[in-house]
Amino acid sequence: MPRPPANQPLLQVENLVVEFPTRRGVLRAIDDISFHIDQGEVLGVVGESGAGKSLTGAAIIGLLEPPGRIAGGRVFLDGGRIDDLPPEKMRRVRGKQIGAIFQDPLTSLNPLYSIGRQLAETITTHLPMSEAEARKRAIELLAEVGIPAPDKRIDHYPHQFSGGMRQRVVIALALCANPRLIIADEPTTALDVSIQAQIIALLKRLCRDHGTAVMLITHDMGVIAETADRVAVMYAGRIAEVGPVRQVIKHALHPYTEGLMGSIPSVGMDRQRLAQIDGAMPRLNAIPQGCAFNPRCPKVFDRCRVERPDLMAQGTTQVACWLHAPDRALAKAAGGGRG
Amino acid sequence: MTALAAKLRSALDSDLFFSFRHSPATVAAAVTVLVFLLGAGLAPWIAPHNTYEVVTLNLSDAFLPPAWTESGKASFLLGTDDQGRDVLSTIMLGARVSLMVGFAAVLFAATLGITLGLVSGYVGGLVDAAIMRVADVMLSFPAVLIALLIDGIARGVLPRDLHSRISIYVLIAAIGLSTWVQYARTVRATTMVEKSKEYVMAARVIGLHPALIMLRHVLPNVLGPVLVIATIGLAIAVLTEATLSFLGVGVPPTQPSLGTLIRVGNNFLYSGEWWMTIFPALALVVLVLSVNLLGDWLRDALNPKLR
Amino acid sequence: MTAFVVRRLMQAVLVMLTVGFIAFTMFNFIGDPVNNLVGPDATAEDRERIRVSLGLDRPFYVQYVKFLANAVQGQFGTSFRLGMKVTTVLAERMPATLELVFSAALISLCIGVPLGVYTGIHRRGVLSRVFLTFSLIGISLPTFLIGILLILIFSVYLKWLPSFGRGQVVDLGWWSTGFLTQSGLRSLILPAITLGLFQTTLIMRLVRAEMLEVMRTDYIKFARARGLSRRAINFGHALKNTLVPVITITGLQIGGLIAFAIITETVFQWPGMGLLFLQAIQYADVPVMSCYLILVALMFVMINLAVDLLYYAVDPRLRADRGAVRGRQV
Repeated sequence: MPRPPANQPLLQVENLVVEFPTRRGVLRAIDDISFHIDQGEVLGVVGESGAGKSLTGAAIIGLLEPPGRIAGGRVFLDGGRIDDLPPEKMRRVRGKQIGAIFQDPLTSLNPLYSIGRQLAETITTHLPMSEAEARKRAIELLAEVGIPAPDKRIDHYPHQFSGGMRQRVVIALALCANPRLIIADEPTTALDVSIQAQIIALLKRLCRDHGTAVMLITHDMGVIAETADRVAVMYAGRIAEVGPVRQVIKHALHPYTEGLMGSIPSVGMDRQRLAQIDGAMPRLNAIPQGCAFNPRCPKVFDRCRVERPDLMAQGTTQVACWLHAPDRALAKAAGGGRG
Repeated sequence: MTALAAKLRSALDSDLFFSFRHSPATVAAAVTVLVFLLGAGLAPWIAPHNTYEVVTLNLSDAFLPPAWTESGKASFLLGTDDQGRDVLSTIMLGARVSLMVGFAAVLFAATLGITLGLVSGYVGGLVDAAIMRVADVMLSFPAVLIALLIDGIARGVLPRDLHSRISIYVLIAAIGLSTWVQYARTVRATTMVEKSKEYVMAARVIGLHPALIMLRHVLPNVLGPVLVIATIGLAIAVLTEATLSFLGVGVPPTQPSLGTLIRVGNNFLYSGEWWMTIFPALALVVLVLSVNLLGDWLRDALNPKLR
Repeated sequence: MTAFVVRRLMQAVLVMLTVGFIAFTMFNFIGDPVNNLVGPDATAEDRERIRVSLGLDRPFYVQYVKFLANAVQGQFGTSFRLGMKVTTVLAERMPATLELVFSAALISLCIGVPLGVYTGIHRRGVLSRVFLTFSLIGISLPTFLIGILLILIFSVYLKWLPSFGRGQVVDLGWWSTGFLTQSGLRSLILPAITLGLFQTTLIMRLVRAEMLEVMRTDYIKFARARGLSRRAINFGHALKNTLVPVITITGLQIGGLIAFAIITETVFQWPGMGLLFLQAIQYADVPVMSCYLILVALMFVMINLAVDLLYYAVDPRLRADRGAVRGRQV
């Protein structure tokens, strides 16, 4: 497969806006976000439910549920714009270029078709293969995702598999046309804790082997810490902070990220209780003026209540917080001291 | 007072009212139903002619076509029937009978269904199995057939004069008995969900009878679905009544409903006296259509995910 | 597979026994058939003679056991009203009703299912709204009125089609069919449309509701995310999943057709079982009523059995009861 120059990101999202028209006015669920994913990179997207993580994923693959719609911005894949493709062309991008994995493996598979049929139809849709070749590839894929006796299991129906096995099948389905990017939306949330780690490890290994990039959407900071290369923290439809995962975990810049880090238990932590962030994320129709986080922020000051911060570079990290504005170096030092 | 005003304002601002205002068909249907309710309810006082007072009838007025045709008379807007009765007045009085039977049947079916559903869901076990088996059998037989059978049985069991005196109640019971299953199923499902909730346990702990407290929780929960079933049930009841009356096993001829009018008119339809059938038929269809529209809207508005 | 069928058959037999009991006990208490037959002016000796000839002088349980034994052999006695064997009368009438129901079912399925699928997929389309509006009018039109209007238009004014009867029929053994003559087919058109229209709209609305339900599921969303074609999603994945509820609905609707045939047959004076049943009710003709009831119940039970077998063919979750247990252990 011809690879574009290494310096071009695989996925580039610029100023994406997603809106839901309602009778009480238009709700902005995603408000002007920009980020990129490099070739073979794992980008973790983290945030509370309702922060807009899943919508971002759905917007990228063109599967926003109406009346939701992309109201602005551009999405590029390998330098080519994909957000304005006609539906039929976008369909060929889905599955072929960008695979997707959803939360619940129990409901992601059609109960009336054998998994072999579901794999084969996806393969023949995107790759020039005969039914027999597709079946052979399907068996190989099942073996690759760790399904025992794949040549027998291929003719079984979804209800004959356990939850963890079904998520393996779903991963095989997402991978079957060798996509460049996989959008994994809470891939382990519905699974038993003991199986979560296996699935994450599998996903990580497969993507490394195939050179597939992953956009890993989760609310679990622990999963991100283990898996992702970079992490984007979302809050109320915007990106609060984005940067290399080690940097963000060790030196969180945004007070919200700090709060999230405080909620991961870790060995050797001397705190008795996990920190939690007071309050709740604002509803979309009641986002406060200025920084959306200001009512919950422990380090809020006047500017936060008036002006909304954009992402500002701070070393390898970008952060949307006035504490880190170039002209507020002093304030940053003060804030860091208190944290 | 202000509380009332605030309540009214929030009601007018609700999603339900919004979807109502923004659906012209629903508004039209509501207005139509209102007109029918008023026209039928006040028929004995506002109908242009008293059609069941034999003294006022004049056989020379029989078979008059509608007022706008050549041989029509202005005082009989929609023409007259074979006995010189004003068709408009018979329609108003007929709609009154149809609606009374419809509402009574729905009330009966809802009461029976909700009660059986509650008992079935709460008691469970054998009682539940028995009620639900009966419900299954009832459901696999169409309402018209069940109503026809019940009416037929009553006809056989009761002496003839008694039957014709109470036949309207027999009809109500027949329609009600053939349509209670849906209420029972809905209420039973909700009851079973509520039963496993903690407050029922809590009620038991503080010594309240759990059935009592459940009633208070289950009823508000099923109000929406029951209202939808009842609205569509009203349409079905009016249709069933009309059908049975058309078949000659419904209301007695002394109290004609819309279905009876259509049956009587049908005898003259092919000889050209179309108004005796068409107008009552139109009234029936418009009434049922409006009720169905309201039911459809209610279902969609209360269940937004289906939109 | 065998266990499944046997279980269903046992249930069917149970239902039949119940209906048989109801049919017998209920109708056993209805009125005095002798009165209906000879009128109030008959002498006491006449009445007694008829009572004995009809077997009405025997005790209740004797009549019941005899009834059951006879029912199994297909003997339901003699019609009070017609003085003929009930089975003969009903057998004569059955082809007319079944041909009518079959035609109406064909109409309602061939129109109702595609329209339901269409309106379910294009739920915001203009054409969908038109179909939905028509369907709402359809369920608001009582069957007898549809019949009257069709007769008025096509028989009275246009004089294109006959307004009553079956036309010429051809006897194939004991079965008389109207399918083979031109007049038979022409006579069938209006009654079949009348009977089918209401069910068509009902099936369309129910299929649409199922389709909307399925289109919201995760596996349809995932199928989209896999980049499958719209065609494969709508007709492969969505339609197959609506099939199970649609089969149920259709089964119930065919049962409904048999009942609604009573009305259609009355309007069109169609010489079927429904018309016979209605006349039997008006005359309290017990043997005809009970035989009709049992026959209809038998048809319903057979339809339900067919529905169950179809489920079995469509849904692997039923097919692989034991396989599922084995599968979970892996």
